Amino acid sequence: MPDVAVAEAAKTAVASLDKNLLVSLTMGFGAFVPAFSIGWIGTKAMEAIGRNPEAANRIQTPMVLSIAFAEAIAIYSLVIALIIKFV
Amino acid sequence: MEGIETPPLASETIAHIGSFEVRNTLIMAWLAMLVIFAVAYFTRRTKYREIPGRFQSFIELIVESLYNFFDTVIGDRKQTRMVFPLIATIFIFLMLANWMGILPGVGSITILGEHGGKMLNLPIFRSMNADVNMTLAIALISVISTQLFGIAVLGVFPYAGKFFVAPWRDPIGSFVGILELIAEMAKIISFSFRLFGNIFAGEVLLTVVAFLVPYVAPIPFLGLEIFVGFIQALVFALLTAVFLKMAMTGHGGHEHA
Repeated sequence: MPDVAVAEAAKTAVASLDKNLLVSLTMGFGAFVPAFSIGWIGTKAMEAIGRNPEAANRIQTPMVLSIAFAEAIAIYSLVIALIIKFV
Repeated sequence: MEGIETPPLASETIAHIGSFEVRNTLIMAWLAMLVIFAVAYFTRRTKYREIPGRFQSFIELIVESLYNFFDTVIGDRKQTRMVFPLIATIFIFLMLANWMGILPGVGSITILGEHGGKMLNLPIFRSMNADVNMTLAIALISVISTQLFGIAVLGVFPYAGKFFVAPWRDPIGSFVGILELIAEMAKIISFSFRLFGNIFAGEVLLTVVAFLVPYVAPIPFLGLEIFVGFIQALVFALLTAVFLKMAMTGHGGHEHA
């Protein structure tokens, strides 16, 4: 029954297309707000350094910390995407 | 893109010691520990002279700059002295492991073995933090030692009093205490997944880029991986230091860093 084989091949192709689409949408949407917030943190840090260049080192350390916190959210969404894709 | 064999989420078992599975990330961890032991052995052999030679002054440079850096975060010199071994070890161990994960040979030297029911070529070495077991272990060490240091400095009841506030005396405080308790659990997950996600994603990225354009193009991505490995180790140690400082601060001296 060649029809059945073709139909099954088409079904798995569509299923993998759905799954891949979901994986990419998960990662894409999950990266919107963290990217924006990292930019915001960087902007505020740049402004503060520009206003007071001597305090650059004291501003840099909390900035790196905050950026790591914000990036962690994007990493959570990446982990979910990986789990959907591989498990 | 069916042809790309991306590294699997779980680490692969290379050998067995009895019923204990030895995984490729574990082998990498042993190698990183070997490097640290070798450096420690050679440092001890210098006998810490008053006028240091080249190697001793290099090690002193690393230790002193790390100490001053964490001191700016923690503030109190005595407290830094107390927690420095933990956070400096976390930093050096993680940075070493992350950088060793991009050396040539990691991921490419393979052995035929079984994974997920199929016989595949399994790499003998794999970046240590690409295994959730490892990052979870270090995250647990970090969070549990934060609690222990807090109890050591403040005492059991004052420290527990931060989380368990009597609801009849201070209702909002008791709710905040419950939230703080949940935040401690969230810290474990946050620590482990931040490090795991960064390093595993870097692995997959390098594999995919090497598959697409094998020559020249992987170079900036390797540079990115060097940077990310350093930053993630630094962030892990820095966050541990900040949480340690917050744990060792009593209820009176509340400075939100």
